[in-house]
Amino acid sequence: MLTTETILFVSLCYIGVLFAIAYFGDKRADAGRSIINSPYVYALSLAVYCTAWTFYGSVGRAVRSGPGFLTIYIGPTLMATLGWLVLRKILRISRIHRITSIADFIASRYGKSMMLGGVVAVIAVLGIVPYISLQLKAISTSFLLLHNYSGEPLPIRFGRLSVFQDTAFYVAFILAAFAVLFGTRKPEATERHEGLVAAIAFESVVKLLAFLALGLFVTYGLYSGFEDLFTRAVQWPALEELLIMDQQPGTYTDWTIYVLLSMLAFLMLPRQFQVAVVENVNEEHLRKAIWLFPLYLLAINIFVLPVAIAGMLEFSGLLIDADTFVLQLPLAHQYTKLTMLVFIGGMSAATGMVVVETIALSTMISNNLVMPILLHIPALKLTERQDLSIWLVAIRHAAIVTTILLGYIYFRQTAEYYPLVAIGLVSFAAVAQFAPALLGGIFWKGGTKAGALSGLVTGFLLWLYTLVLPTMTEAGLLPHSFIDQGPFGLSWLRPFHLFGLTGFDSISHGVFWSLLANTGAYVGVSLFSHQSPLEHSQAAMFVDVYHHSRETEESMIWRGTAFVPDLKSLLERFLGKERTAEALEEYSRDRNINWNLARNADPSFVTHVEKLLSGAIGSASARVMVASVVKEELLGIQEVMDIVDETRQVIIYSRKLEKASADLRAANERLQELDRLKDEFISTVTHELRTPLTAIQSIAEILRDYPETDPDEQHNFLSIMINEIHRLSRLINQVLDFQKIESGRMHWQVHPLDMAKVIQDSVDATRQLVTDKELLLTVDLPETTPIITGDRDKLIQAMVNLISNAVKFCDPQVGQIQISLTHRFNKLYVRVKDNGIGISAEDQQVIFEQFRQISPTGRGRPQGSGLGLAITKRIIEFHAGQITVESAPGKGATFDIVLPIEKL
Amino acid sequence: MAADTNRTKRLVGLFLLAYLLFNHPLLSLFNLQQTVSGIPLLYGYIFGVWILLIVLMAIITSSEP
Repeated sequence: MLTTETILFVSLCYIGVLFAIAYFGDKRADAGRSIINSPYVYALSLAVYCTAWTFYGSVGRAVRSGPGFLTIYIGPTLMATLGWLVLRKILRISRIHRITSIADFIASRYGKSMMLGGVVAVIAVLGIVPYISLQLKAISTSFLLLHNYSGEPLPIRFGRLSVFQDTAFYVAFILAAFAVLFGTRKPEATERHEGLVAAIAFESVVKLLAFLALGLFVTYGLYSGFEDLFTRAVQWPALEELLIMDQQPGTYTDWTIYVLLSMLAFLMLPRQFQVAVVENVNEEHLRKAIWLFPLYLLAINIFVLPVAIAGMLEFSGLLIDADTFVLQLPLAHQYTKLTMLVFIGGMSAATGMVVVETIALSTMISNNLVMPILLHIPALKLTERQDLSIWLVAIRHAAIVTTILLGYIYFRQTAEYYPLVAIGLVSFAAVAQFAPALLGGIFWKGGTKAGALSGLVTGFLLWLYTLVLPTMTEAGLLPHSFIDQGPFGLSWLRPFHLFGLTGFDSISHGVFWSLLANTGAYVGVSLFSHQSPLEHSQAAMFVDVYHHSRETEESMIWRGTAFVPDLKSLLERFLGKERTAEALEEYSRDRNINWNLARNADPSFVTHVEKLLSGAIGSASARVMVASVVKEELLGIQEVMDIVDETRQVIIYSRKLEKASADLRAANERLQELDRLKDEFISTVTHELRTPLTAIQSIAEILRDYPETDPDEQHNFLSIMINEIHRLSRLINQVLDFQKIESGRMHWQVHPLDMAKVIQDSVDATRQLVTDKELLLTVDLPETTPIITGDRDKLIQAMVNLISNAVKFCDPQVGQIQISLTHRFNKLYVRVKDNGIGISAEDQQVIFEQFRQISPTGRGRPQGSGLGLAITKRIIEFHAGQITVESAPGKGATFDIVLPIEKL
Repeated sequence: MAADTNRTKRLVGLFLLAYLLFNHPLLSLFNLQQTVSGIPLLYGYIFGVWILLIVLMAIITSSEP
C-alpha cells in the first residue's frame, strides 16, 4: 500500500529531478553547449500540448463521447502539416521583430498597438486561468485518490480540505518557484530558457512512458490484447456505443468544429507559442518536428480506448469518475509501482503545462498590460527612472505568482460543483479568438488595427455569452431560466441556442458563433477602415517576411534625429548596463562602428534599439520609449507606401539580376564546351587532312624515284592518288559548308522539288560505293509525292551523307540498306535503314553534334570529319524538318526524317 | 526558396487530403459497428490514416525537393 509519506517522497524527488535538469540545462547554455539544440527535444517540448487533461481526461472523454476525444489530437496533427507554411512564417517574423508572445505578435502586426496587445493579454489570462486550475485539480485529485484509498475502488470524495492540507497548494507554490527561477532570469523575454525547455522535454518523455506502461499493463496484463478487449466490448451495449460515433444529426458538425478548434488552439495557446516560437533554437528543427510531434500524439492515444473499455468492464456499477480510470486500474490490482509511475506521469503532464503557461502569460501581463499602464502614469515618472530592468523582472515574477494563485483560487471556488473537463475546451475557444487576427495578419496585408480589434472584442463577447455565462448558473450566480428561456424570456438569446441554432453541442455552438462573428468583424471592418503608415509598413513586413531582408528595410521607414548616448541610456534602464554593453558590442562588431566617433544615431541603429527593447517590454511600449528620446519626423502614408514598394522593386530587380547572371554563367559554360570541341575538331581535321596528303606524297615520291615501274602499277598508283585527292577536297568542302551554315552565310537555292527525285539522285550518286561493298540497296518510293520547296542540292547532300554513313557501317556482301519515302498529313517521312553495326545509346545522343565521331569498335579509326551528320541535321532543320535515330549495337540503325510539306 | 515552395505545396496538398479523410462524409463510410481483425473499423481507419499521414510528412520533409 502506498503511504502518504511514500507519495510525497517520490513526488518531491521527481520535482527535485526537474530542478536539477533545468539547472543543468541553464549551466550548459551559459557555457555555450546547448542540450536542447535538437529537433527531437523541440518536438518533445511541443508535446507540452498534452496536459493532465490528456493524461486523465482522454479516457474520461472516450467513456462519455466515444471517438470524439481524438479530435483534440487530430487538429494539431493537421496543423502540423501546415506547420511549414504557417508556423515557420510566425517563427521567422518573431525572430526578426523580437516578438515574445501572441499579444505582442498581434500588437506589433497592427501598428504596435498598445490597445490590441492589452486586449489579447486580457483574453489570454481570462481564458487560461481556468485551464491552469484544471491542472491543479488533477494533481490534487490524484493525490487524494492515492491518499484515501482503502482497498475498494471508491468514488472521489473531494472533501473540504483546508488550504494547508491541500497538495495542490504546495504544488502551486513549488511550480511558481520553478517558473520564477528558470523562466524569467533576464529582462529580455526573447532570451531562451534552455533549462526550462530541457525540463519540459523530460516531462514529455515521462508522461508518454507512464501512459504507455499503463496501456500495456491494462491491455496485455489484465486482458489478453486489443482483440480480447474489443470482443468483450462488443458484447456490451453500453460499451459498443464507444466504438462508433453517434448517429444523431450534428455529430459530424461537432467533430469538424472540434478539429478546427484544436487546430487553432495548437497555434494560439500561449504555452505553445512559448515553446514553438520563443524557445525555438533553429528554424530547421521544425522540419523534423512537424512529423515527430503527430507521432507523439498518436502514441499517447493508442491505449486510451483500451483503458476506457477496461475501466468500464472493471468498475461497472460503481460510482467512479472515468477521469480517474488511469489511476484506479493499477490501484485496484495492487500494482503500487505502476500506480506511482502513473501518478508521476499525470503530475508531469500538469506541471509542465502550468510552468510554461504561466511564464508565457507573465510575459504578456508585464509587457502588454502592466508596462503600458505604468508608462502612462505620469506620477511614476517611469521614463526618468534609471534602472528599470529590476522592475521588469519583478513584474514578471509577480505575474507568475499571481497567475498560479488565480488558478488555485479558481480551482478552490469551482471544483465542488463544476465539471472541470469542459474547461479545457472553453479555454481552447478563448485562445482560438486570436486566430483571425493572427493568421489574417500574416497572410493578408489588408487587415487593419480597427478590424483586428473589432474581431477580437466581438469574438470575446460571444465567447463570454455562450460559453462562460452559462457556467454561472451552475454556480448559482444566474437563474437556470437564463439558459432554458433566455435572458428576460427572449428565447432567441438562449446562450446554448443563439438565434435558435440547434444541432450543436454547447461548446461547438459557442465556437461556431464566436469565430464566425470574430472573422466577420475582422474582415468586414478591415475592408472599411484605413491603415496608419506604421500599420501599413508592419503589414508589409509581416506578410512579405521572406522577401524583406532583416532590419535594413524597416529602418528605411524611419526618419528623424537621435543621439547614441540617449539610446544607450534607454537600453541600460531596461536591460541593465552589462547586457546593454554586450548588445552594443555585438551590433558594432557586425557593422564596424566606433561608438566614440558616432554621436548621431542612424535609422538602422534606432530600429535596432527599438527591437532590443521590444524583446524586453513588448513592441508597443518599446515604440513609446524610443519615441521619448528621439525626434521623429512622421511620414505620410504615401511616403511609407512608396518606400515599401521601392524596396520591393529593388528586390525584384535584384532577382532579375540574379537570374540574368545565372543565364550568363550557363552561356559561358556552353561557350567553353564549344571551345573545347573546336580544339578537338581542329586536331581531327588536321589529322584527316594529313592522311590523304601523306598517301599522295608517298605515291608521288614512288613515281618520281622509280620511273621504270610497270604501267599497270603506275595506273593503279595514280587512281589511289586521285581518290585521296577527292577525299581531301570532300573534306574541305564539308568544313566550308558547315562553317557557312553555322555562320548563316550559306546561300540556299530554294525551289519547288520532288523529294522522290532527290532520293533517286542520291542513290545514283552513291551507287558506286554500294556496289563496291556488294551491298543490297532497296528503294521504296510512292508513285506520286507532293512537291515541296527546298534546296535540292543540299537535300541530296543530306541524303548522300546518310547513305554513305550506312554503307560505311555495313559489312560487305551481307549488308542491306533500305530507303523509303511516305507521306501522311502534310508531312513527308524519309527513312534510311541499315543492318550495320548499330549505334550505342550514348552515342545516339551526340552523333548529331558537330565534331563528334563514333569509333566503331574493331574497325580502327573512324573515317570522315565528324561533320556529316551535323551538316545533315542543319540542312533538315533549315527545311523545318526533324531527324532522329533509332538503333542498338548490332541491330543496325534507322534514321528518320520528317519534312513538312507546306514550308518556306 | 524554390525548394521551400515545393515542400510547402506538397505539405499543403497533404493537409487538404488529411482534412478530407478525417471529416464527414468520408469518415461516415467507416462509422460502422464492425470490427476488422478484432479492431473496431472506425478506430482502425482513423489510426491508419494518422500513421499514413505521419509517414508521408516524414518523406516529404526529409526528401530533397
